[in-house]
Amino acid sequence: MSSLIIVLFDGFAFGMLLFVLSVGLSVTLGLMNFINLAHGAFGMLGGYVAVTVMRQLGFPFLLALPAAFLAAAIVSVLFERLLFRRLYGAAELNQVLFTIGVVFVASSVATYLFGTVQQVLILPDWLRGSVELFGMRFGVYRIFLIAVALVVTAVLVFGLERTRLGAQIRAAVDNQRAAKGLGLDVEKIFGITFALGSGLAGLGGALAVEIVGLDPSFGFHFLVYVLIVVSVGGLGSITGSFVGAALLGIGDVAGKYFWPEIGSFLIYLLLVAILFVRPLGLFGKR
Amino acid sequence: MTNSTLTQATARDWLRRQSRWSLPEIIFWPLLLLPFVLFPTYLPLANQIAIAALFALSVDLILGYAGIITLGHAMFFGLGAYCAALLGKNGWGEPLTGLLIAGAFAGFIGFVASFIIVRVQHLALLMITLGLGFLTLELANSLGWLTGGADGLRVPRTWPIFNYFRFDLWGYTAYGYSLAVLFVCFLLSRRLVNSSFGLALRGVRENSTRMPAIGSAYKSHQQIIYTISAAMAGLAGALLAQTTSTVALEVLSFNRSADVVVMLILGGTGRLYGAIIGAIIFLVARDQLAGINPQYWYFWIGLLLMVVVLFMPKGILGFISRLAGKRD
Repeated sequence: MSSLIIVLFDGFAFGMLLFVLSVGLSVTLGLMNFINLAHGAFGMLGGYVAVTVMRQLGFPFLLALPAAFLAAAIVSVLFERLLFRRLYGAAELNQVLFTIGVVFVASSVATYLFGTVQQVLILPDWLRGSVELFGMRFGVYRIFLIAVALVVTAVLVFGLERTRLGAQIRAAVDNQRAAKGLGLDVEKIFGITFALGSGLAGLGGALAVEIVGLDPSFGFHFLVYVLIVVSVGGLGSITGSFVGAALLGIGDVAGKYFWPEIGSFLIYLLLVAILFVRPLGLFGKR
Repeated sequence: MTNSTLTQATARDWLRRQSRWSLPEIIFWPLLLLPFVLFPTYLPLANQIAIAALFALSVDLILGYAGIITLGHAMFFGLGAYCAALLGKNGWGEPLTGLLIAGAFAGFIGFVASFIIVRVQHLALLMITLGLGFLTLELANSLGWLTGGADGLRVPRTWPIFNYFRFDLWGYTAYGYSLAVLFVCFLLSRRLVNSSFGLALRGVRENSTRMPAIGSAYKSHQQIIYTISAAMAGLAGALLAQTTSTVALEVLSFNRSADVVVMLILGGTGRLYGAIIGAIIFLVARDQLAGINPQYWYFWIGLLLMVVVLFMPKGILGFISRLAGKRD
């Protein structure tokens, strides 16, 4: 019983990590129909930035997180303005291949700069260890992860529902042509959304170092998870991403804990089954 | 009445014109025999190229002609490879029947999978193909007693072809065998894409809502071509198992699925020679560059991909034919 609760808790924490990593892609995909497989690479960038500023510049952990967010956001905006925007009207295959090319290059650059070794991030004391509740031990860092993800969710929901930019983003997702017709600068909205989404990926990358480590294959390894969350949750839906990420996180941890032989097999089976029944994802509208 | 027979006749003429052998094509195929005399030490590489070209050809049929994007086609390649390897391991080393059985097996699985494939589009299609690919990889990994798991399988030497051509260490037989299979599959594909069926496929690729509107059963067309493509990928995998005598989990990996799409995009999709040219460029470049610095091989591939997508969206062959001033 207690192992079940611990697995659920660990899985949920992992799911929240996936949520932070992938929610940006869900929104940008819903907005521009641009399949950005380089999203995971921005997560990797965030991870490396966090590790570097902590090691070289002596940033505390809590300051390294915003640094990772900012770095990923700024770099992604450069990519978006200079390269990705040329491909908005292009065929899906071209978008897929171009962004896979970006991942290849990013992973080689990371190898060149940092080598293939796993990077370690030294957490402050108050985030280490675990607390005991009802006779079970919960990792402090995982509680922290869940808290961060809930704050991010709250900010996103508030931002989308209550602010002017949020209303513009929702309008552009729902009907781009009508939004343009009403005088909204959809390109600019997309640029901002892209930066915020990639920044979240960077934040997720920095948060992930402690849980899964960081090496140049991060961009590829997490791409699969991120895509599963986005496609299962449905495009452009924050609720969908949240539920999809929680399901995937719990499923992944539980599968590997209870059925280590076929755990990953079950995940992919579930993915194919869900998409077979609901090609638009659980919460997708179009 | 006369009018419709007239259009039928012109359509048939057009197809016949399209399928006529041109001079560059007639020159191209004998050139593939050159490795036998010019680079006998590179025959194993030439064999790999022929196998990769066959695999890329199978992907071109669905991706280039039918517009079905796939990121998991290595599953059929791997199924064919394991099928041929298991036949060899269990005492049946006859190459041609082994090849056909492996191709038929991969084709059958492709037929089953095609029911899922035609249901979805866009991102979901991408994810289903990706998911099926990973599914097969994980399955092979967990069925260690059958597939050897991470250690892979060693296959006993395949029997001589027609009981005469022995598989030699230098790869003369291996390359000749793979090239022959590639050529036969190429002829088949060439006949296929220049038929009315091939035209219907291109129609689906260009506009999948209009084809059913003019009465074309596009889903069954897609299923047929997907099955054929899966079988062909299985043949390529079986060739690899038979000529190299080893199979590892790598045959099912995502990298193999991605590499084949990269080859295709380099050469040019929707043209059969794109698959072959792409495979040649990709594998020769990898052979040369990996010798210099294997770690950064993917840097160049990534850069090449970005350049090709931005500046040569129809691949190298499309770029050349545009330079030559021809329209597709």
